[in-house]
Amino acid sequence: MAQRAIREYDGKAIFSKHWEKYFSGFHYGFKSVMVTNGDELRAKAQEHGFEWLKQEALVAKPDMLFGKRGKNDLVLFRTNKPGDVTLEEAATWIDAKIANETVLLTGQKGTLTHFIVEPFTPHSQDQEYYISATTVGEDDVLYLSAEGGMEVEEGWEEKVNEVTIPITMDDASIAHLIRANVPTGIPTENKERFIAFAEQFYKFYRDQNFAYLEINPIVMVGNDMHILDLVARLDDTAGFMMADAWCGAEFPTAFGMEDQSPEEKAIAEADSKSGASLKLTILNPMGRIWTMVAGGGASVVYADTIADLSGNVSDLANYGEYSGGPTTGETKFYAETVLDLMTRHKDPKGRDKILIIGGAIANFTDVAKTFTGIIQAFETYAERMKAHNTRIYVRRGGPNYEKGLKDIKEAADRLGLYIEVYGPETHVTDIVRMALEK
Amino acid sequence: MGALFTKDTQAIFWNNNASAIQRMLDYDYVINRVKPSVAAIVAPTSGNKFEKFFYGADEIMVPVFRNTVEAAAAFPKADVLLNFASFRTAYDVTMEAIKIKGQFKTVMVTAEGIPERLARKMNQAARDAGVVVIGPATVGGIAPGGFKIANVGGTIENIINSKLHRAGSCGLVTRSGGLFNELSNIIAINADGIAEGVAIGGDRFVGSVFIDNLLRMESNPEVKYMVLLGEVGGTEEYKVIEAVKSGLIKKPIIAWCIGTIAKHFSSGVQFGHAGASANADAETAAFKNTAMAEAGMFVPASFNDLPKTISDVYTKLRNEGIVTEIVEPELKTVPKVRRKKEFICTISDDRGDEATYAGYPISSVATPETGFGIGDVISLLWFKKRYPKWATDYLETVIKTVADHGPAVSGAHNAKVTARAGKDVISSLVTGLLTIGPRFGGAIDDAARYFKYANDRGMTPAEFIDYMKKEGKTISGIGHRIKSVRNPDLRVSGLKKYAAEHFPATPLLDFALEVEKLTTSKKDNLILNVDGTIGILMVDMWRALGYSESDIDGFIEAGALNAFFVVGRSIGFIGHILDEKRLGMPMYRHPTDDILYNVEMADEI
Repeated sequence: MAQRAIREYDGKAIFSKHWEKYFSGFHYGFKSVMVTNGDELRAKAQEHGFEWLKQEALVAKPDMLFGKRGKNDLVLFRTNKPGDVTLEEAATWIDAKIANETVLLTGQKGTLTHFIVEPFTPHSQDQEYYISATTVGEDDVLYLSAEGGMEVEEGWEEKVNEVTIPITMDDASIAHLIRANVPTGIPTENKERFIAFAEQFYKFYRDQNFAYLEINPIVMVGNDMHILDLVARLDDTAGFMMADAWCGAEFPTAFGMEDQSPEEKAIAEADSKSGASLKLTILNPMGRIWTMVAGGGASVVYADTIADLSGNVSDLANYGEYSGGPTTGETKFYAETVLDLMTRHKDPKGRDKILIIGGAIANFTDVAKTFTGIIQAFETYAERMKAHNTRIYVRRGGPNYEKGLKDIKEAADRLGLYIEVYGPETHVTDIVRMALEK
Repeated sequence: MGALFTKDTQAIFWNNNASAIQRMLDYDYVINRVKPSVAAIVAPTSGNKFEKFFYGADEIMVPVFRNTVEAAAAFPKADVLLNFASFRTAYDVTMEAIKIKGQFKTVMVTAEGIPERLARKMNQAARDAGVVVIGPATVGGIAPGGFKIANVGGTIENIINSKLHRAGSCGLVTRSGGLFNELSNIIAINADGIAEGVAIGGDRFVGSVFIDNLLRMESNPEVKYMVLLGEVGGTEEYKVIEAVKSGLIKKPIIAWCIGTIAKHFSSGVQFGHAGASANADAETAAFKNTAMAEAGMFVPASFNDLPKTISDVYTKLRNEGIVTEIVEPELKTVPKVRRKKEFICTISDDRGDEATYAGYPISSVATPETGFGIGDVISLLWFKKRYPKWATDYLETVIKTVADHGPAVSGAHNAKVTARAGKDVISSLVTGLLTIGPRFGGAIDDAARYFKYANDRGMTPAEFIDYMKKEGKTISGIGHRIKSVRNPDLRVSGLKKYAAEHFPATPLLDFALEVEKLTTSKKDNLILNVDGTIGILMVDMWRALGYSESDIDGFIEAGALNAFFVVGRSIGFIGHILDEKRLGMPMYRHPTDDILYNVEMADEI
């Protein structure tokens, strides 16, 4: 649970849904479609309400959370001259983009899958403004600039007014503060409009539980507002009260991040259905050291220590944790998933596999109960674990830990698995040192 | 400032989390606390008035309230709220608690994933009100040997192994709750345990941060040095660095930020808590570890070396005489096997040399020279209080007044018919008692209930009469078959006279007499009758004895007024039954000429 980015299309959809409530007096057309290929775009153009796709010049760009699309030459707005892109040209361009891997200037690479297509909005540079809001420390900060566009980040200090709004500030004071901080570069004829919009923009950001919201540029033509580019993150912990308000916005994986493996997805799904916490990230499927650690803090400490002591972070195969009192069945499923992944590839250098079953001293999780699930997984995977010369190192404390340690030792011995078992008297991460020194 | 909790600290526990509460009480028992650390439970949907918990081998009852306001009113000294509400309601629960002026010094919030904007509002509101928030997303904190929040420290065995049962000399602050426990253990093994510890919580926005806790520990003379376990993400550690550099914190700090692994991976892998994500170089664990070391804190080379660093600092302080040896306290042991009691008794006890009534041995109340009458015995066994003489005299007056009302009333008649059927005293008495209810004897209850209801709500006598008319009810306690203003009921006159002479005040009777003035102006026999007078004066008695209105409502709902009628009238019933036995009267059969027979042939359907 955290602040999570949403697609530009979804951000605009949320604006559109609440437009009248916040921005009555201004007009916003919400002429945007999101497609995953050219045919989808062609089909969309046949639908009622989307005739503009055939009638107007278009702009197409990927909608996959990354920025600087202009600088990456990923915004289609011209064929011969700006504002002459037709539906067919946009569809063809999209199909060309999805056919090949895309490499960004940052080095991130991947395949483009989602595009947003909108009408081309002819305007001049001086009609472009910048507005965004986020949280800095304990306060909200509203950023306002008379100069929008790609170049706003250069000369940020001079161009952008920062309005710091404490969490408890009342609406009247907020209005006063924004008025006092309106950028001097806003032309007189647009000043009142800009102030009114900025005030409502902030309330919209606040009430809809955005963590970050940026429009750059926003183009004002009279009372017509054109949201040309939008970046947004939502506070997904507020999701339970915002289900309708957020128009079903999804939280896609960042571009360039490989999609989750089936195993990671399965654990994530089990996590979402459980009162306990189950997390799994595969860092290197060929890695030698696999971890099954209880507790959010302890899992980090083990990862730190493995990276520190192994000297080679690629030895660390996975990151994850289980906590909050998972049932025996949940622990079994989690353990089976890890053991299955661990026994798929031989270590390229022919070394032993190391399985770290670690954890701090639990506050209330029953150690024996969770270990029962791990032992059941051992029964299934013992032969495969032996085939990979797996050495198991266990360290754990907490309710019923003596029984848990005894049970897991007995089970491993019976199955012929190599195991070393330690309790609270041994430093939490010292098994990493022992495993690596042997 | 100074210590966060002491051995006298008491908490109100929001949510009936039985296992966590039991762990607190086990801890209390082991460390010999005088009062249990949980004063009350708030459980909005519970129908119970209390929950039972073990205290050592015995059980104690912890009162349960529907909301925090009521719990706080009952326990004004409980200044810690343990907010175990879910992430959906935790915000509202904290805000409600903060608004209770002067009650809570500390609110601990356990829920993980409270909407960030709500968490920020909650934290700010608490700061403005001078309330320390621990959490959200935390296991809590502990003042070893004094007060332990919920599940901190885990099992009793681990608590003793980790020396969390008595104060050591280290102040511990962590973000993670799981590692809090681990750090306590490390500090117990490598030093002498902790004096105070707080896990500040894993969410992005938490109430009290590292610096708040470390500054308090700096001012707490029990704390000789501190251990800070930070995390990748955020800039809170820099506030500590500033305080060390400026000399605001002088005690040694051993510090480590976990999450050094994050530097090996691009963003996207979430290591640990929601707050654990570095947005800038300064927020990485490695950067912070270096900065803390440069500021003069004790920073190990890796987490695995932390025990040695702690041991070194502790040994140095020990050699300097800043830390002295701790005398290990005597501990009680919580029995391994405990059995829940099926029944509870709070009025009498037959386990000692002599059975007692609410603590009074029977011999000390039984004989005349003790000065105890039957009214005293009733006050002890029914209300667990020793009432003053004017009140016990009133109780006896009531019993004497209602003892009998002749053979014709339905209860007495039933008793007589049953006795004549050859049944024993008990069966006959029960037959009579079973008649008592809404129409027979129930007027005492209803009079007390309705007159009190009107009086509590500030109705005028006229409004009350109007209200009862609208409800379609006759006014219980008003009206008599024969007696009237000109022919007063002498029983009522006697009760009124007694009350006037002995009760400190009779507000409800005064109100009822105003009502009577209006009713008798309509009809002469609509007087305040004996049932009404008894019920109303009983309320006045309880008020004068200092009971709250809700206590009195509770007595009425429980049927205490009816109970006086039951006791008194049993005397009369038994009299009638013995009378029948003495007279040897035959089986009674009601004469058929006294019955209207009206029986038609049943239709076929």
